[in-house]
Amino acid sequence: MNLNFLDFEKPIAELEAKIEELRRVGDGSEVSLSEEISRLQDKCHRLTESIFADLSPWQVTQLARHPRRPYTLDYIEHAFSDFDELHGDRAFRDDPAIVCGVARLNGEPVAVIGQQKGRETREKIRRNFGMPYPEGYRKALRIMKMAERFKLPIFTFIDTPGAYPGIEAEERGQSEAIARNLFEMARLETPIIATVIGEGGSGGALAIGVADHVIMLGYSVYSVISPEGCASILWKDAKQAEIAAEAMGMTAGKLKQLGLVDEIVPEPLGGAHRDAPAMAATLAERLEIAKSRLVKVPVADLVESRHRRFASMGSFTEAS
Amino acid sequence: MSWFEKLVPKIEATGQSKSVPEGLWVKCKDCDEILYRAELERNLNVCPKCNGHQAVTGRQRLELFLDEDSREELFANLEAVDPLKFKDSKRYKDRLVAAQKSTTEKDALVVMQGRVKGLEVVVAAFDFRFMGGSMGSVVGEKFLRAAEVCLAKKIPLICFSASGGARMQEALMSLMQMAKTSSALARLSDAGVPYVSVLCHPTTGGVSASFAMLGDVNIAEPKATIGFAGKRVIQQTVKQELPKGFQSAEFLLEHGAIDMIVDRRQMRDRIHGLLAKLMHHAA
Repeated sequence: MNLNFLDFEKPIAELEAKIEELRRVGDGSEVSLSEEISRLQDKCHRLTESIFADLSPWQVTQLARHPRRPYTLDYIEHAFSDFDELHGDRAFRDDPAIVCGVARLNGEPVAVIGQQKGRETREKIRRNFGMPYPEGYRKALRIMKMAERFKLPIFTFIDTPGAYPGIEAEERGQSEAIARNLFEMARLETPIIATVIGEGGSGGALAIGVADHVIMLGYSVYSVISPEGCASILWKDAKQAEIAAEAMGMTAGKLKQLGLVDEIVPEPLGGAHRDAPAMAATLAERLEIAKSRLVKVPVADLVESRHRRFASMGSFTEAS
Repeated sequence: MSWFEKLVPKIEATGQSKSVPEGLWVKCKDCDEILYRAELERNLNVCPKCNGHQAVTGRQRLELFLDEDSREELFANLEAVDPLKFKDSKRYKDRLVAAQKSTTEKDALVVMQGRVKGLEVVVAAFDFRFMGGSMGSVVGEKFLRAAEVCLAKKIPLICFSASGGARMQEALMSLMQMAKTSSALARLSDAGVPYVSVLCHPTTGGVSASFAMLGDVNIAEPKATIGFAGKRVIQQTVKQELPKGFQSAEFLLEHGAIDMIVDRRQMRDRIHGLLAKLMHHAA
C-alpha cells in the first residue's frame, strides 16, 4: 500500500504509473509510444478533473492532511526569499511545531509565522505533528510584537490538527497562551494576513489567525474541532467523522459563504501537493495584493476594522 | 437469632441509601453529606460540612453577587439561530428548545448591570445547564456588548465562567467567538477598565482559551476543573496517568495560571476590594 496516495487518488496514480512505464519502455525501443502516452495523459487529466470536480467535505479534509501537502516551510521557500528563522519564546524552549522568522516578499521585508508538520517519521515527531505547545504560541507572539515594533506586515500560515493536548502543555498554560495571542493580535498595529494552508484545527489554529485578511487554499479546512472529535462527542462514534465533516461546513467555499473567511485561492489540478511551486507562486501573488492594500490603511483604522470584522461574526436574533 | 430480630421484620439494604428525591434535601457532590436545601442555599450553595462548592445557575450567581435592588438584566432577548441547520443525533434547533425549556434561559450566558457593595459593575455569568455552558454566537455577542457597556461607562467587567467550550453545533462561527470576545477585552484593557475573570467548575476548551484566562485578575472557585483539553483526550494522547489534582483550581494556582482561589462566600468582598484598589477608590 502506498501511503502517499489517498483512496480517491488511486485511479489517477495507477494511470500515471502506466504512463511512466510506457515512457520507460518507449525510451528503449524503436516504436514511438508518444501518441499512446499523450492519449493517456489527456485521459488522466480528464479523470483528475472529474474526481476533483465533486469532492465531499471529508475528501477535502483528507487532502488538507495529505502526507505530501506543502507545509509552511515549503511556502517560505517558494514564495519568500532571504528567510531568517528566529527561535524560542525566551522563557522555556523553542517549539519546532511553529516556525517564525523574517523574510522578504518581492523584496519587501515581512514577518512569517506558521505551524510546521514533519514529512518523515522522525521529523513528524520532532514537529509534534504540527501541534504546538504554549511556548510555540508565545514564540509566535514574540515575533508578532517584534514585527509591530519594526513595522513589518505579518503573514501567518495555519496548518495544525490543534494545540497539543498534553500534560506539560496544560501545566505551562495552553489556554492562556492561546487566549493571549487572540487578545494581542486583536490590537497589533501592523497588517496581519493569515492563510489556512492545510488543517485549521480549532483554538490552536485561531491563535495565529486573528487577521485583517484571511485566506483559505481551495482544499484546506477550518473548524472548531476535528471531524473525528466532533463525531466522538456528538455521535459517540469517531467513525462518523465523514458525517461530522459534512455537518460542520468546514470547507473554504462554505466558510466564505458564511463570511468567516475573505478569499479562496484555488489549488492546482489534483491539489497543492501535485505542484507545490505553482501553488506557492499563485499564493504569493494573492499575498502581495492583500499586503499592498493593507499597508496603505492608517494603523488606527486597520485595528478598528480588525475589531469590527471579528465583532460582527455570529448569527442570532433579538426579539424586542 | 436474638429476640429483637424475631420481633422486628428484617430491613434489607436497597443499595441506593444515599440517593434522595429532589426537594427538601440534597446530597453534597463532594462529601455525599445529605444537606437541608434551605440551609445549603443560605450558605450560597457551599456545603457547610466540607466547603464543597455546589453548582449554581448563572442567574443565581448574579443574585448572590450583586447588591439587592441594583440588578438589571441586559441583552435578555438575544437568541441563537441555526445557520448550518446542524443535526447530529438531534437537531440543534431541538436542543436549543429543550435547553430553554429546562433552564428557562434563552442561552448559556446571563448578563446584568448592578452594584457590588456599592461599586457599579457589569457581570456576566454562565449557566452550565444550558448545553454545557457552551459558547455560540449569543454568548459571544452578549459578552461583547457587556464589554462595550463597560467601555462606555468606564465600569469594571466581571465574568463567572462555567463552560465546556465552544458550541460545536455552530461550528467555525463558535470558534470565532473566541476572537470576538478577546478583541473586546483588548479594547477594555487599552482604556484602563478592569476585567476580573472568575473560573468556576468547569471551565475548559474555547472559553478557557479566550476571555476566561484574560482577566486583569484571574480567580477560581475551590476545586474547579480548569483546562484547555479534556482529561479523556489528554489521556488518549499521552497514554499515561494524569497527575493527582490535574487541572484543578489548586493545580492552576501552583502553576501560575491564576491569581487566587476564593471561596464563594468571600467573593463579593474580595472582588470589591480588588476593584477598589485598581480604580483608586478610597478604602
